[in-house]
Parts: sequence; structure tokens; C-alpha cells
Amino acid sequence: MTTAALPSSIEATETLLSGAGYVPDRALATVLFLALRMGRPLLLEGEAGVGKTEVARTLAKALGRRLIRLQCYEGLDLSAAVYEWNYAAQMIAIRLAEAAGESDKGAIASDVFSERYLLRRPLLDALMPDPAGPPVLLVDELDRTDEAFEAFLLEVLSDFQVTIPELGTIKAAHPPLIILTSNRTREIHDALKRRCLYHWVDYPTAERELAILRARLPGLPERLSREVVAFVQALRKEDVFKVPGVAETLDWASALVELDAAALDPAVVGDTLGVLLKYQDDIAGTDAGRIERLIAETREALRPRE
Amino acid sequence: MSETVPAAGGGGRLSHNIAYFGRALRAAGLPVGPGTVLDAVRAVDAAGVGAREDFYNVLRAVFVNRHEHQEVFDQAFQLFWRRRAQSERLIAMLSPPAPGAEAKDKAKVRKRVEDALFAGVGREHRTKKSEIEVEAHFSASSADVLRTKDFAQMSAEELALARRRIARLRLPDNEIATRRLKADKKGTRFDLRASLRASLASGGAFMALRKRGPRARPRPVVALVDISGSMADYSRPVLHFLHALTERRGRVHTFLFGTRLTNVTRVLRHRDPDEALEKAGQAAQDWSGGTRIAASLRAFNKIWSRRVTGQNPIILLITDGLERDADAMLDVEMDRLRRSGHRLIWLNPLLRYDRFEPKARGIRAMLPHVDAFRPVHNLASLEGLVAALAQERDERARRPSGRGVLRHSSAMAGG
Repeated sequence: MTTAALPSSIEATETLLSGAGYVPDRALATVLFLALRMGRPLLLEGEAGVGKTEVARTLAKALGRRLIRLQCYEGLDLSAAVYEWNYAAQMIAIRLAEAAGESDKGAIASDVFSERYLLRRPLLDALMPDPAGPPVLLVDELDRTDEAFEAFLLEVLSDFQVTIPELGTIKAAHPPLIILTSNRTREIHDALKRRCLYHWVDYPTAERELAILRARLPGLPERLSREVVAFVQALRKEDVFKVPGVAETLDWASALVELDAAALDPAVVGDTLGVLLKYQDDIAGTDAGRIERLIAETREALRPRE
Repeated sequence: MSETVPAAGGGGRLSHNIAYFGRALRAAGLPVGPGTVLDAVRAVDAAGVGAREDFYNVLRAVFVNRHEHQEVFDQAFQLFWRRRAQSERLIAMLSPPAPGAEAKDKAKVRKRVEDALFAGVGREHRTKKSEIEVEAHFSASSADVLRTKDFAQMSAEELALARRRIARLRLPDNEIATRRLKADKKGTRFDLRASLRASLASGGAFMALRKRGPRARPRPVVALVDISGSMADYSRPVLHFLHALTERRGRVHTFLFGTRLTNVTRVLRHRDPDEALEKAGQAAQDWSGGTRIAASLRAFNKIWSRRVTGQNPIILLITDGLERDADAMLDVEMDRLRRSGHRLIWLNPLLRYDRFEPKARGIRAMLPHVDAFRPVHNLASLEGLVAALAQERDERARRPSGRGVLRHSSAMAGG
């Protein structure tokens, strides 16, 4: 693991991410640079599969930092996200104190509620010093948890500290790099948004999507990757319920490679449609006629360049 | 770090402009506070003043934290940072002794932002109207009459009384268990933390087990209200009802549709129902126009469904179902709507007629997809709705047996 210094400019941020296999657009590089520079958490919103989580992964990899991931779910609470006491050990300690004839309640309490018996969960873990530098904390799919959990986060996000009633406040000596993601299945509360920089991750342009494909699947034939990108871009303009994200583009390209397809044809597209579209209505609506039209559009879009 | 802002660029001039820009954005409706402005100045300082695009990105990162604000920000940015003369004009207008809005830009797109920029400034809006309190004393019989009287036949005075009754309706407490736990004596899980703490009081000699159980909260509600001409007499009382619901249980999302769909959730959070309704009216431009149910439902399914139906809500659809161009699309969209939530309840004022028969094509297309079909024409029917909301399952009879199975054979026939 090599530790890299934080980027010193927007260009450097772009280079850093591209070097680790993520192709950012200028706006994302800017907001990420600012988040690092200003020490502010970054909230990424966008449709599923546009590469929000990947930003954090890439950042951790490129900077040589540890990635601490907190996957959110409904009912996520303090004991799963921040800390938990090691009850079994505490009970044994109390029994031992009893056996040793210790009768001072205050002494037992302060001994039992000490850091020795504290189990760290991701949020607390992210505040601990790390030889490789402050870790990257990824709070993934924040919208999946309920509003109550957001309140736990506020203290961490603004002051990089956690308060444990029995122990006191634990503050990070060097604040972690925090990235939050949301699929927007509900609105995140304004109080939390206020503490973060915000970026809406959009579907990539054709040019950038091609660059992503090249970076992620270097073995992909050039013609096929161009066709894949042009087809997906055309499909995104169609009236479908859930348009495919970058993740679907990558999956589809790998699927086509597995099937030894050198170029798109209606049959192979029809067979692999389930990789791109995940709603039955969308698949049913994308019949042979539509596929042929899309492929024709794809060829048309590629013609001037070839 | 101290709160003094480092002078960026030309001797602090830029930070002043950023502050003015922040004010402009706030006037245009973005939640911009002094902290945000300080952040913006620091951000510009950190990034350095470079290309216009970078400057734009830097400011956007700080000022925009909601996707919907993007447009407003873009327009304001264009307007503000365009030409020196222009921005000075704006600054002059935003300064405390502001003259009224005089020259208007011709560009149509920017009109909204300009309006917003000029509207809130230099003028004390919020003229308080004195409210006339009508003291209503009812005899039991007149209350009864009111209860079953059709909203459409009520006089203005009776409507006002009906509104009060709506505001006083006891709302359902159909709470559902969440996965979050709270202390609960009858709970099924041990709360080791609380138990251990309690045991320390006796020096660990005794251990009284504390328990936790799931916390309950009301199920979210999503309401789609038809405000077309044929519904005019009923949509307002329903909105009063939804306003009361929003106020008391939270997590109520309200949409209005006629020819197009408008989200009025935020607007309905205003404390005063009349003010809230007035704002809702401003937000939705097509009060009492025609109806395009299928297109509106489609818009809901595509744009909002994923954002507001994530927590399995009760969906209320309030419309008379009189859709002229009822086609396969209506069927598909109703099906999708049904599958987005826990239950789909259709409230239809036409049900006030005893011998109502679903003859209109739109109604026939929609009916198979709903879990409950209820009237909504008087106070009694609203009370009935409250009871229905409380009941977790009722009249499922109308649903076809193949629930959850995709009907894609009929789907996309036109697509």
C-alpha cells in the first residue's frame, strides 16, 4: 500500500482518479477536489449504477487509504453503525471484581465502561488514527435507512467526533474523507445536506462512457466498444422506465465478449437484453423492431468517425 | 480556523460579489445561509480563480444541494456573472434601499429567476389579513345534515364549516412496525446495554433484564389528486384533508394533476391551510382544466415513483376517472402504480350515486387495479376513508387473482 498526497488541483484530482481506473467528468473532479481540500463530506446522488460507490473505492485505492464502508439499511442503529459494548467481557469483568472483593460501584463502572470493552463499528472506526493516513469512509445508500439514522451522522459529519455517554467524546485527530451516496428513493434531510458538498452524478456522455469502457475492459475490441456505447446512449433516449447505467454498460460489454460477439446484431442484442434492462415492461417493450431501429441509429451515429 | 474570510482575488471584491450572489440565490428560493456563503468564498479561495467553467463548478458544489435547484442556479449564475453592468444592476437591486423592478430581460427562460430575484426584495410582503372568526355552534341535527351533504351542494359558509370538521377529523393510527427498536417491557429482544447499566446499581449482584421491541410509525401516504374541471368541487375538501394529514403524521406526499403533474408536498406543509392551498394553486397551473390521467400517472411513475414510494406507502388516487383517451397506457400505468405501494385506494366522487356503474372506459380500465374503491363527496365519506386507512386490509375482492403477475401481454401495445 502506497500513500499518496492529496491532489493539489482539479487537474491533479482528475489524473489521480483516471490513474486508478475511474474516468471523472470535470464537475465531479472539481467537487471532489473541493471536498478533499476543504475537509468536507461529499454527498453523491444519482440513479442506480452511475458509479457513485466506485468514486469512494477508487479514491481509497488511489490515495492508498483504508476504505471503511457502512452499508445502510432500514433499522440501522447505533450499535451496528457507531459502537457497541462488549457485554460478555463486561459481565465477566464484573464477576471477577466481585470475586476479588471489589465493592466500589464507581470503580467497577469506570473500569467496565472503558475503551477496553468498546467494540468499534464503522463510524467510530473511521475516526481512529491510521498509519496510512485518515481512511475513506463510505456511507453507502443513505436513503435506505430511516430519518432517525441521519441524526447519528450529523455529529460525525460536522465535527468528526462521536459522543459515547459512558466514555466521553472521541474526536478524530485527522478527519476521514467521507463520501455519502444516495439513490434518492427518499429525500435526505436538509440538515445533513447542509454539512456536505453535493454532486448529482449523471449518466456519462458518449465520449466519457467510451473512456470508462476502455479503462475498465481493456481487452474489448474497439469496434464493439464503440457500438456498445452508441447503442446504450441511444437506448437512454428511449422511453423506458429504468434506463441502463454505466454498470449495466460494463456488464453488457463483458457479456458480449463472453458470447464472442464482434459486433452488434439484433439476435445477440435480443438475447442479452436482460443485462441492460431490469424491468419486465421495458424488456417486453423492446421488441425486434425497436432493437433494429436502435442498431440502425447506432450505426448512423458511428458512421462519420469510422 | 477563524471566521475571517481571506480576501479572494481583487481585494475582497470577489467575496462581496459572492455574498451578493448568495443573496440572489436565496431570493430565488435556494436554501442559502451565511454559512454557505462563507463556504463558497473559502471554496473559491481553495480552488483559485480560473476558468469560468471551474468557477461555475466551484460555486455549484457549494450552493446546490438538491437536484431541482440546478436549473435555478444555472439561470442565476448566467444572469449574475455575465456582465459587469448587469451584475451591478442586480447588486443595486439587492441592496437594502432597492428600487422596484424596472427593466425586464426579454429572455423567457430567465423570467422566473428574475422574478424571484426582484420579488422578495425591498418590499414587505406578508401583509397580514385579519381573520374573521366564525363561531360555529351546531345542533346535533344540523351537524348531521352537514355530514352527509354533498360538497358540491354546500354553500360557501357550509364549506368553511366542513373544512373545520375535516381539520378536526381523528386521523387513523395505522402504525406499522419498523426495524428500529426502542425500550419496551414486553419486547422480545434483550437490551444488554440497558441491563448491564441497571445491574451496576447493585454492583453487579443482580441483573434485571431490560427488553426492546420494534418501534411503530404511521405508514407513508402518497396522494394523487385530480384537479380538473369535473373534480373542482371535491378536490379542495380533499386537499384540506391531506393538509391535515400532512401536518399530523408526516411522510405524506401530495401530487396534483390535470393535464400535468405537480408535486405540492412542500407547499402543503404550511401551517395555515388556506395559505397552503393558495400556494398549491399557484404551483399547479391547471386547476379546473381537462384531465389526462394516463399521462399524469406515467409522469408520476417515471419521475416520482422511485423517490416517494420507497417505503411501501398507501397510495390514494382521487379522480372521477373520466378520461377521454383511455387506452392500453392507462392499464399499464395503473398496474405499475398498484405495484409501487402497499395499497391503492381510489376515491371517486361519482360513487355518490347509488346506482353508479363503471361504464366509462377509463373507469373500467382502472378499476381492476385498485384495492379499494370509495366515495369522496361528503364528510361521512372522508370519515369512512379514515376508517379504511386504519384497516390494514379490507375489500381485496376487487383485485384479480393474478396479483403481482405482470400483465405485459396487454402492455406496450402502443409502444
